[in-house]
Amino acid sequence: MNAPLTAKDFATDQEVRWCPGCGDYAILKCVQKTLADVGAVPDNTVFVSGIGCSSRFPYYMNTYGFHTIHGRAPAFATGLKLANPELDVWLVTGDGDGLSIGGNHLLHVLRRNLNLQIMLFNNEIYGLTKGQYSPTSRAGTRSPSTPAGSIDAPLNPCSFALGANARFIARGIDTDARNLSPVLKAAREFKGAAFVEIFQNCIVYNKDIFEDFVAKKTAKETQIHVEHGKPLLFADGTNGLKLNPQTLALEVVVVGDGGVPEAEVLVHDETNRSIAQMLINLPTEGYPMPLGVIYRDPSDPAFDDAFWAAQTTKGKRTAKVADALRKASVWKKA
Amino acid sequence: MAKITPDNKSVVVRFAGDSGDGVQLLGSQFAESTALAGSDFATFPDFPAEIRAPVGTTFGVSAFQINLGARRISTAGDQPDVLVALNPAALKVNLPALPKGALIILNTDAFNARNFSKANIETDPRETGELKDYQVVEIAISTQTLEAVKPVGLSKSDAEQCKNFWALGAVLWMFGRDRGPIKDWATKKFAKKAPEILAGNLAALDAGHAFAETAELSAEIPQFEIGPAPMEAGEYRSITGAEALSLGLAAAGELADREVIFCGYPITPASSILHHLSRMGDLGVATFQAEDEIAACCAAIGASYGGKIGVTSSSGPGIALKTEAIGLATAVELPLVIINSQRGGPSTGLPTKTEQSDLYQAVYGRNADTPLPVIAAAGPGDCFDAAIEATRIALRHMTPVFLLTDGYIANAAGPWELPDMDDFEPILHGTPPTPKGDPTELKRAIWNRDPSSLGRPWIAPGMEGLAHRIGGLEKDIATGDISYDADNHQAMSELRANKVEAVAEFIPDQIVEQGPTKGPLAVVGWGSTHGAIHRAVFVAREQGYDVAQIHLRYLNPLPKNLKRLLAGYDKIILPEMNMGQCATLLRDKLGLDVISLTKVSGQPFKISELEDTIKEHAPATLKKAAE
Repeated sequence: MNAPLTAKDFATDQEVRWCPGCGDYAILKCVQKTLADVGAVPDNTVFVSGIGCSSRFPYYMNTYGFHTIHGRAPAFATGLKLANPELDVWLVTGDGDGLSIGGNHLLHVLRRNLNLQIMLFNNEIYGLTKGQYSPTSRAGTRSPSTPAGSIDAPLNPCSFALGANARFIARGIDTDARNLSPVLKAAREFKGAAFVEIFQNCIVYNKDIFEDFVAKKTAKETQIHVEHGKPLLFADGTNGLKLNPQTLALEVVVVGDGGVPEAEVLVHDETNRSIAQMLINLPTEGYPMPLGVIYRDPSDPAFDDAFWAAQTTKGKRTAKVADALRKASVWKKA
Repeated sequence: MAKITPDNKSVVVRFAGDSGDGVQLLGSQFAESTALAGSDFATFPDFPAEIRAPVGTTFGVSAFQINLGARRISTAGDQPDVLVALNPAALKVNLPALPKGALIILNTDAFNARNFSKANIETDPRETGELKDYQVVEIAISTQTLEAVKPVGLSKSDAEQCKNFWALGAVLWMFGRDRGPIKDWATKKFAKKAPEILAGNLAALDAGHAFAETAELSAEIPQFEIGPAPMEAGEYRSITGAEALSLGLAAAGELADREVIFCGYPITPASSILHHLSRMGDLGVATFQAEDEIAACCAAIGASYGGKIGVTSSSGPGIALKTEAIGLATAVELPLVIINSQRGGPSTGLPTKTEQSDLYQAVYGRNADTPLPVIAAAGPGDCFDAAIEATRIALRHMTPVFLLTDGYIANAAGPWELPDMDDFEPILHGTPPTPKGDPTELKRAIWNRDPSSLGRPWIAPGMEGLAHRIGGLEKDIATGDISYDADNHQAMSELRANKVEAVAEFIPDQIVEQGPTKGPLAVVGWGSTHGAIHRAVFVAREQGYDVAQIHLRYLNPLPKNLKRLLAGYDKIILPEMNMGQCATLLRDKLGLDVISLTKVSGQPFKISELEDTIKEHAPATLKKAAE
């Protein structure tokens, strides 16, 4: 038997061309290591991307890869998975590619529940076209196309995914491989469309836009790593999220001495859509950023499986065209 | 009355009524009976863009025309000899197309004040004298139908729905056709789902037949004698272009030993291909209805990338949306078949009307220098061969290929001689290399193109040891790595052009279908104008005009001998249903000027229009010879 592959085996000979310090480097490393850890087979793995900085990703993965056109990667991935459902397909997209020009395709790949992993690198800006505001940019974002500040309300990617009936929704941070890697593993194991929003730092056009919750020093207080079946605690268990039955909203509470007993803290149930809805839409001010697997509902079949199951002959050629041509009234001329 | 045997051995019948009257079923079943009698025929369904337009209106009129003959038939006919009008709107819409002396069968039950007002008719046309030049037969078809189906016990509305079968029965008698096969068909279709409806329809069919035969009307209703047509020995069936195209794609999959994945999005008049293919799972065809036209094209490319034959289909506006993705297929050198069922434009245009609108779009319509092969189907049955040929080119050269058809071909039907599948060569593609240890050597093997076709090996993810990356960025001609190198881009652009030119090495020489291989005059056509041109040239030749007919299947690249062939004629007429797109193409590619005859009225060419043009442009010597 060959020696197990390492992260290095998943790297190509191509020179990586992201800006020095770009969050994409960390994600690339994390993905390469994760694939090595789970024993992925490079020949059976495909990275499909659209257009944008994130979409250069396939060139750097020593697997099969397809760098397609702007926004349409989900549609290419759909055709590919229908052609060969056995493939392990990863889709790499960004906030512009996936939610602006490609919003329609992202909506439908999630709704259909195609069996693949979608990594949406959210940096709240258009990087490759030099810094215009994106559909996730906060209102007031000053950019070359919005010198007086953007005026439209941003989209929350995970909220979009939930609305599109995604069955797996997770979040991670580019430089936090320790927490991102398990999320990617879970996404890969999930039978269906697994949507992972990765907060990615564009150091040139939107530097440190997520610093308020990414900063390592304050991470304990500003992040909450959710886990199925465990209470929603953060800040070393001193704080938690409690459901207020009057407002049907989550509240930050102090747990233990001087606060509420831990039993009053909401226990995360990743199959509960309402909890997912509340976590995804937590206000940013005064609340921690929920990370990890927020929602997972494995009860629906994956589209590629259902597609072939619905075909009468399961995709196999069982009849001959010569016979099919004669399935009509046929007459002979002597 | 004696049976009429027309001089030209053919009769054109047009059925017209409300879009809910079952006119299409009436027409297609009459066509079936014609086929079984051994006559030749061509049909043309003409339905409104509205699904259920308000009852009785002129824009809600649905029609079905058939030309049937004891001779070879090439079009659905210029003018109806017989019109069956089930309501006043149908009469109003179709009357202008009728030649004097035509037979009109009217459903008098529908000729009432309410229907006149819906069709914006002021006075009953039977009273204004506007029908005096025609032979009018008035029958209370609805009343007769209700009477006939009474024993079955249907509701009044269901009973009245049977009137198309009543009319069919009467017309079958007029043409001396057997009712048996139609009864068998109806029994198969309705016996399980709706036995009462079946009983009603069969009762109506018999009643219509008996009425025509026995009534004193038999003196009034003429009978036509249209015998079998001289056709080559073989097995025949009736087929529409959409059916033939779908079966052709399935056949291509069989010949290539690969499954076909068809990705489409609903659009008129292309949707029928999606419908047909979605029932061909047992032939190794899977269909995916995507969220939009772009996704349909991208998914088809994804399927090709995955090793299946990816096919997408649409009409002009949808093809426009697919354009960027088609360019990617060219860049990454993946096979793709793109079917364009052309319709009138620009924009939404005339969705249900036919036009050869998108030749420019197919040949020239992409960003940058992105050439790709373009072929066109000439008629319903020919769609079968065209689909196989398009797939063959796509796989041999690893390129997207355009297959042009149109609304007329898709819906029209005619007898089709069943091909022998053993006559088709297998469809081949470049075989994947064996994995090389050295990564650079592997890359070179992946992009190692066949020297004659310039097609690269078809490598799908999952194949062991061949993992590589493809994409829309310009790539190195040898290794496939991203390359912005100036000389390389020049070389890649030339490669893409040469690849399409290489198709010309594999296609047959252009033949002359009728007439001399050089001479004073040739009519050159492409696509669905074939039938009308064929007949017009045939008639002109019978009248002594020494004119040739040449029909193009391959539009890009053109056959290698075409330039020399066309140079052998003093004049060339090129009829097409657009503003002169193929004329431009020949000027561009061959430096050849032709007499361009264009028509964009949403209706196919009439044979008489083409005959007139041939005579107008025939050199004096030819005219003399003809006299």
